Amino acid sequence: MSAPNRLIGSALERVEDLRLLRGRGQFVADINRPDQLHAAFLRSAVAHGMLRGVDAAEALSLDGVHAVLTARDLGSPMPLLPIRLQPLPELEPFCQPMLADEKVRYVGEPVAVVIADSSAIAEDALDLIAVDIDPLPAITNRDQAEAAGTLLFPEHGSNVSMRWNAVKGDADAAFEAADYTRRETFTVQRHAALFMEPRGFVAEWDTDAEKLSVWGAAKVAFANRKILAATMGLERDQIDMIEGDVGGSFGSRGEFYPEDFLIPFAARHLGRPVKWVEDRREHLMAANHARQIECDVEIAATRDGKILALRGTNWTDNGAYIRTNGSIAPRNAAQFMSGAYDIEHIRLTSYSLTTNKTPTGTYRGPGRFEPDFVRERLIDLMAKDLGLDPLDVRRRNLVPADKMPYPLATMTPFESVTSLDSGDNHALLDRCLAEFGWDEKVALQGQCIDGRYHGVSVGCFIEGGAAGPSEDARIVLESDGSFAVYLGSAGVGQGIETIMGQIAGDALGVPFERVRVHYGSTAYVAEGFGSFHSRSTVMGGSAIVLAAEALLEKLRPIAAAALGCALDAVVFDEEGARDADGKAVAFDALSDAPVSAEARFENKKYTYSYGSLAAHVAVDPKTGQVDVLDIASTKDVGRMINPATLNGQSVGSIVQGLGGTLLEEFVYDSEGQLLTGTLADYLLPTATDFPNIRSTVLELAPSPHNPLGAKGAGEGEIIPVGGVIANAVAQALAGFGVEPMALPLSPPNVWRMLQEAIP
Amino acid sequence: MKFPAFDYAAPDSLDEAVALLAAHGEDAMVLAGGQSLMPILAFRMAAPSLLVDLKKVPALDRIDIGAEGVTLGARSRWCDIERHAGLAAAHPLLAEATRHIAHYQIRNRGTVGGSLALADPAAELPGVAVACDALLTLAGPGGERHVAAAEFFLGPMTTAIAPDEILTAVHFPAWPENRRWAFQEFARRKGDFALAGVALHYDLDAQGRARDMRIGVIGASDRPHRLHAAEATMNGSAVDAATIAAAAAAASTEVSPMEDHHAPADYRRALVATLVERALQEAAS
Ligand SMILES: Cc1cc2nc3c(=O)[nH]c(=O)nc-3n(C[C@H](O)[C@H](O)[C@H](O)COP(=O)(O)OP(=O)(O)OC[C@H]3O[C@@H](n4cnc5c(N)ncnc54)[C@H](O)[C@@H]3O)c2cc1C
Repeated sequence: MSAPNRLIGSALERVEDLRLLRGRGQFVADINRPDQLHAAFLRSAVAHGMLRGVDAAEALSLDGVHAVLTARDLGSPMPLLPIRLQPLPELEPFCQPMLADEKVRYVGEPVAVVIADSSAIAEDALDLIAVDIDPLPAITNRDQAEAAGTLLFPEHGSNVSMRWNAVKGDADAAFEAADYTRRETFTVQRHAALFMEPRGFVAEWDTDAEKLSVWGAAKVAFANRKILAATMGLERDQIDMIEGDVGGSFGSRGEFYPEDFLIPFAARHLGRPVKWVEDRREHLMAANHARQIECDVEIAATRDGKILALRGTNWTDNGAYIRTNGSIAPRNAAQFMSGAYDIEHIRLTSYSLTTNKTPTGTYRGPGRFEPDFVRERLIDLMAKDLGLDPLDVRRRNLVPADKMPYPLATMTPFESVTSLDSGDNHALLDRCLAEFGWDEKVALQGQCIDGRYHGVSVGCFIEGGAAGPSEDARIVLESDGSFAVYLGSAGVGQGIETIMGQIAGDALGVPFERVRVHYGSTAYVAEGFGSFHSRSTVMGGSAIVLAAEALLEKLRPIAAAALGCALDAVVFDEEGARDADGKAVAFDALSDAPVSAEARFENKKYTYSYGSLAAHVAVDPKTGQVDVLDIASTKDVGRMINPATLNGQSVGSIVQGLGGTLLEEFVYDSEGQLLTGTLADYLLPTATDFPNIRSTVLELAPSPHNPLGAKGAGEGEIIPVGGVIANAVAQALAGFGVEPMALPLSPPNVWRMLQEAIP
Repeated sequence: MKFPAFDYAAPDSLDEAVALLAAHGEDAMVLAGGQSLMPILAFRMAAPSLLVDLKKVPALDRIDIGAEGVTLGARSRWCDIERHAGLAAAHPLLAEATRHIAHYQIRNRGTVGGSLALADPAAELPGVAVACDALLTLAGPGGERHVAAAEFFLGPMTTAIAPDEILTAVHFPAWPENRRWAFQEFARRKGDFALAGVALHYDLDAQGRARDMRIGVIGASDRPHRLHAAEATMNGSAVDAATIAAAAAAASTEVSPMEDHHAPADYRRALVATLVERALQEAAS
């Protein structure tokens, strides 16, 4: 960048915080429109069955009820929830209808929508709707799915919806020649991205203008507008998607769900604004679940610990339908199993299984957390079998800096080739060990102190970011001399207003206070791709850099005219433009009318942040409780925009990883009933649970793929947590021969492993 | 998660409150701190036609400490117990157990009466009540009656309170000086209901042997109860490693833990043994 770098890299306080901490945020629940009605959803209480009928007569007769919409009201053909990422035709048969029509396939599936004067009345009406379902057996696990005694989609002939392959080199030949192989089965439990602000929408149809406004947009407003337009038979420019404050996404919030269609549909149907705010119970059964996987994976290595190959099979439990991004976890779990390690031969297959459970989608580090658990466990098992130090084995196998860019396995279908872009894995591992205090802590390995067994472990990870294809930014020099930045990225609580302001301020060479950032709503720019795959900062930020350059070039002739100098004599500074003699003109004098420039940053190459994470745990063998005594992580993001918000991302990510490793689990019974439908049953980490987390973020290897040199950083440290904690527990309980192969490491599960290990 | 419609009354006296309950029978419910009842209504697990709020009924929030022991009015809150100057000395087990109940916000509203009336099998106060032979006072249309804690808890969320009765107070017998005691529980996160817990106390005779061993357990059966077999192994014996181990073993066989998605029965059984062991060690130290 041309301007001196003053804002980028400084730990500016988030400009969002003053507003949010004073309770002045505007979340979707805060939005109210005159004359609005309220919606409530009737959700299937049966996991699997033929839907014979829905009788809403009694509900409709309740005072204050305006409508009860069922599948019949949505027209024919029934609109389906389309697939946003990897939209393969093979996946279409598994798309979710906006309302269940012939069949129900999971507990929580929307069957009808009640629209009433208040949500309390709408909920009263739910109890009056008679639903006639002929139950079918529920498929709740892999064995049942494969046995195919019942099919969720009989036309398809199988409960396997899709098969994904990751291939590199010749794995079978490598296995044949290997000194050492080990094959194990691992499982990760179903859990989810539990964003704190539940979903919600207010939709308003303007009959005269034939325009639809939807408040509650998040993450991918432009993509969702496209889907909404198609499913409602509207043009895109008839719809404004409006994003307010958003209380977290983590991949899940902001994806298109049935409710994203049903609330706008109801608003148009009734000609009145309709509001719905998800409650926590329905959230836990309606919003995407994630992570559930079984992996049968084999590792091959030389006697001295050089990993030669990985091969095996994953089965992801995708739930009842393939939703907008339901294919990401299964495909990633195959492609990213090798992580930060130099493994020449790979053959991994993932099968997506349909089951009678809530459909799944991405959750921070999708298909990355899961295979990292598998790989890091296999590395430790291998080190133990071969009598090697697990640390040496990691050093030996990390992709060395001189092998960058380093190709990963190639995925099919939807062929994708990708390479780690840059970095020094070894430096990050060493720094992590130093920050952690490895040398002192490793002395505690396996020791029992005051009744608890201590263990330490370290693991290495990569984080993909910067999904393309592009992002747009528009910058306007307003007539008061301030700059308005309009962006297609989305805010989901990550502090994008601050970060983008820093980038824009530096790119324009003006103070932070001069810049206002507007984002998230479809009204601001022509196109936008939103916030996922750790892409906002890299993609949106780079678009800002380009737009700023374009704007300054537009201003140059205006400034030259005002100063009476040659074009190339114009120099921009904080206040405006100067010529060679020091004659100056302020920005507000250059903009009698606002001057605007727009730019698109195009990029299809991913960035790869990378790093290490070390953990120290103590295990109570009597209760099975795993206490996390210390965690230190390192991550190289190439270019750090704001160290404070980045540290928040890192620590938060680790806490979420600990939730998924130690606490969180969706439990279903054999009938497909969700047993953990409240936050008293689904255990989320709270502020006091994991106080000892330290993260270090570095700027060693800038990404070659964007003008900032930045790499995505929104997911990162969650990815290694499961594997590192499981290895630390194995180290702590090495004396008992305990080897965790399944998450979560809940007290009953750890206790069970000990019971089975003690003769 | 909106409440079903109901009427609301906040009577000024106990008599009025009882009369309202008598008039409405099972359709009325008492409202204390609302920390359990509000979620119950939001989940529509109950749909009373009338809520009788105790907030204006006088004297229900009193905490009396005297020679006969400690009496807590039904509306005294967890935070009142926590902040009370004399309670930790007058009944250390009660004060300690209270520290484990719920979270800050809930402790500011949740009440003693609400907890006892709700009878969650894992709640702390009911466990202390059975371990301490507490006496509960119920007011009904016919006047007051007293029920011993051991007879009060009938099953999960089920008590001896009749639909037209209000729990007004709980009395804990006097706490002798030098009494040995401990409270141990295991919860997944701070503030969660425990997977299991143990409240115990005993006195030592001149020879250093345990007398009047009382061990109450929570979370291990369908209601809080005493561990009579474990108590029997300890009474008359010195509290040492051998007797502690015997008591823990006895405890694990005399509970009949439930199996749910939080923990399997055999885990809870082992946990009770561990908690009895740790509580006895703590009390002896
Ligand atoms: C997140 C969370 C965590 C919690 N954790 C714990 C915990 O760890 N340990 C624990 O013990 N509790 C816990 N609780 C429960 C909490 O302590 C409740 O407040 C308490 O159990 C009920 O007290 P309340 O005053 O809120 O009663 P309410 O919710 O008002 O009433 C509860 C029930 O008791 C009845 N009732 C109330 N008072 C009387 C009375 N005087 N006479 C007759 N009937 C009456 C009501 O009709 C209702 O059925 C937790 C609650 C929450 C929400």
